[in-house]
Amino acid sequence: MAQMNLLQAINNALITAMTDDDKVMVFGEDVGHFGGVFRATSHLQEKFGKGRCFNTPLTEQGIIGFANGLAAQGSVPVAEIQFGDYIFPAFDQIVNETAKWRYRSGGQFDVGTLTIRTPYGGGIAGGHYHSQSPEAFFAHCPGLKIVVPRNPYQAKGLLLASIRDKNPVLFLEPKKLYRASISDVPEEDYQLPLGKADIVQEGSDITLLGWGAQIEELQKAAATALDDGVSCEIIDLRSILPWDAHTVAASVMKTGRLLINHEAPLTGGFASEIAATIQEKCFLYLEAPIARVCGLDTPYPLAHEKEYMPDATKIYEAIKRTLHY
Amino acid sequence: MKDRNHLAQVTTVADVNIIDNGIIDIPMLQILDENGKATPEATLPDISQAQALKIHETMAYTRVLDERMVAAQRQGRISFYLASTGEEAATVASAATLSTEDLIMSQYREQGALAYRGYTTDQFMNQMFSNKDDPNKGRQMPIHYGDKALNFMTISSPLGTQIPQASGYAYGQKMAGKDAITICYFGEGAASEGDFHAGLNMAAVLSCPVIFFCRNNGYAISTPAEEQFAGDGIASRGLGYGIKTIRVDGNDVLAVYAATKRAREIALAEQCPVLIEAMTYRLAAHSTSDDPSGYRSKEEEEKWRTKDPITRFANWLTHKGWFNEQDNEKRLTAMRQEVLASMKRCETTEICPIDDIVNDVYDSVPWHLDEQLQDLKQHIKKYPHMYPKTSGRMK
Repeated sequence: MAQMNLLQAINNALITAMTDDDKVMVFGEDVGHFGGVFRATSHLQEKFGKGRCFNTPLTEQGIIGFANGLAAQGSVPVAEIQFGDYIFPAFDQIVNETAKWRYRSGGQFDVGTLTIRTPYGGGIAGGHYHSQSPEAFFAHCPGLKIVVPRNPYQAKGLLLASIRDKNPVLFLEPKKLYRASISDVPEEDYQLPLGKADIVQEGSDITLLGWGAQIEELQKAAATALDDGVSCEIIDLRSILPWDAHTVAASVMKTGRLLINHEAPLTGGFASEIAATIQEKCFLYLEAPIARVCGLDTPYPLAHEKEYMPDATKIYEAIKRTLHY
Repeated sequence: MKDRNHLAQVTTVADVNIIDNGIIDIPMLQILDENGKATPEATLPDISQAQALKIHETMAYTRVLDERMVAAQRQGRISFYLASTGEEAATVASAATLSTEDLIMSQYREQGALAYRGYTTDQFMNQMFSNKDDPNKGRQMPIHYGDKALNFMTISSPLGTQIPQASGYAYGQKMAGKDAITICYFGEGAASEGDFHAGLNMAAVLSCPVIFFCRNNGYAISTPAEEQFAGDGIASRGLGYGIKTIRVDGNDVLAVYAATKRAREIALAEQCPVLIEAMTYRLAAHSTSDDPSGYRSKEEEEKWRTKDPITRFANWLTHKGWFNEQDNEKRLTAMRQEVLASMKRCETTEICPIDDIVNDVYDSVPWHLDEQLQDLKQHIKKYPHMYPKTSGRMK
C-alpha cells in the first residue's frame, strides 16, 4: 500500500499495464516527454520508449481514428483526450466507428482493446471549456463502456480493468480530484469490476446515487442528514454504460426513495435514464418521486460555478424534500 | 524531405514572395497511351503474363458484377448498389502489387481490390442480400464488405474515417515488426473531410507504413472536383504534410501498378507513408440512388468512355500476344452466368436468427440487451405475421 493521489494512481495503473503487456501504447497531446498537462503520463516515455508513449499532433479526431486502427490491428491503445470538453471533434470516430466496429463486421473485427482516458467535470474554475461532463452523450451509444472512478484506489483498479476489457471503454477522470483525493492504493496489480455499482455506505431511508467527484458531495450531505436522524445509503455507480440497475433497484426497494446527482445539465442527463428505469422496476416501492440534483440547463458558467454545482447543500435540501413528500 | 520545422532552417527573401499553385506542376505517370500502346520513353513495370491476365480478368469480372447488380437493384432485388465503372484499373492494379498480409481499408468503390484478393461471387452476394452466410451478419447496406481472412477491413459509410484508422493500423504493424503495410483508399471528395488531414498528418509525423490511395474520379455525387478544392488536386497536399507523393493515370493499369509497387517498397523500407493520386473518372452514377444526367453532359461521359481502362489494357495485352478476344468473350459469358446463378442461390438464403440482433454489440451480451431481446421475442411470438423473416425460426 502507498498513499497516492488520483493522478499518481492513474500513472501507476498505466505503468502496471505497460509492464504487463508490451502491446499497450499511451498517446495523446503532450503525453510524451512532458507527461501530459496534468502529469498523468509522467515518465512513461522514459520507461517504455518513444514507440509506446508518444505525443500526437493536435487533432482529437485523428487521435481516436488512429487509436481505432491501432486497436483493430491488435495493439492495446490508451488514448488521452486532454479535456473532456475537447472530445467532440472525435465524436464521429467514437460514435460511428469505435462503438459499431464489432457489430458492423459481425464480430470479425473489433476495437475492444481501446481505452480513451479524459478528464471531465468542474470545480476548478475552468469555465465552459474545461468543466463539462459529457457522459450522457456517449451513454446513448451502444457498444461503448463508460467508467468513472471516485478516488485513487478505484481509479487504478477500474483503469486496469478498462484497459484489459474486451470492449472499448471511455474512462472519465474527475479532474477536480486529481490532486485533491488521496487514498491508500495497493502497489500490486488489481482490477475492479466494470458494470458493477459500489455501495459506499449502507443506509435505510433514502438511496443517494452518483459517480466521480460527486460522491464526496453525497457523503457530506449524508453526514448532515444523519444529524437529522436520516439514514442514507450511498451508491457509486462507477459504470455509466452498461449500468448496474440491479444494485440500484435492490437498494431502492429497501429504502423506498432515490436521489440521483450529477454535474452535467439536468435535461437529457444520465439521471433521466436512471429515473425512468428505476420507476419501472420499483414503482410500488417508491415513497416519493425520484429526485434529481444536477447541473443547470446552462453552459457551464465561470463566475457562477459555485452556484451552478449540485453541491452537498442542494443534495441535503433534496433529501429533506424527498423524506417529507 | 527537408526538415523545416525550425526557424533557423528557413531561408529568407527580401521581397514579398507570393507562392501559388503555379509554382509546382505535379506530373502524372502514364505508361500506356489511350490506345494501350506503351509510350516509348516509359519504363515498363516487371509484370508476368499470369499477373497481367489476372488483373484484366478481375477488372472484367468487376464490370460484369457491377452491371448485373445495378440491374438487380432496378429490379428491386437489392436495395442499393455502387458501381466502379471506369475506375477498375485504379483499384485492381493497385491491389495487385500488395502482399496478402497487407491490410486493405477501403471507402466503398473498391470491389475490384476485394475481387483481386479472392472474394467469391457468393461472398459478394451474401453481403448484398444481408443473409446469414454473410460473416458481417447482414448488418450493413449492400456493398459494405469485409473479410478478416482476406485482410479486408469491413467498410463503414462515414467518409474519410478510415484514413486516420489506416495510420493507426500501420503504426501497429510497424510496432509488431510485421513485413506488411496498410493501404487506404478514398475519393477526392472524402479528402475534404477533417479525417483526411488528421490521418495524413499523423502518418507523416509518426512514420506509419501506409499508402494513401486517392481515386480522384472527378465527382463527389454531383459535386465536380473544381467545386471540391482549389489547389492542384490531392497530390499537392502530400507535399504539405511531408509525404512522398505520386500522381498517376488511374485508367492506365501499368502506371497504377508501377506507382503502387514503388509506393509499397518505399512504405515498407522507409517505414513512412506514401500518397498516390490516381486521376480517373466515375463513368458510373454515384450509386443506384443517383442520376448523373442532372449534373454532367453525355459528351463528357463519352469522352471518358474512350479512355476505358479495361479496353486500354486489353489492347496492350493484345500487342503482347497475351490476349485472345474469343477467349475473353467466353470468359465474360461464364462470368455472367456465374454471377446470375450465385445471385439466384444467395437471394433466397434466410437472414440471421433474431438472437443476432444483440450479439457483437459487446464481446458478450450484457443484462440489459438480454432483457430487451427477451421482450422482443415475446412480442414477435405474439405477432409472428409481422416479422416473417425471424418468427418461424424462434426457439
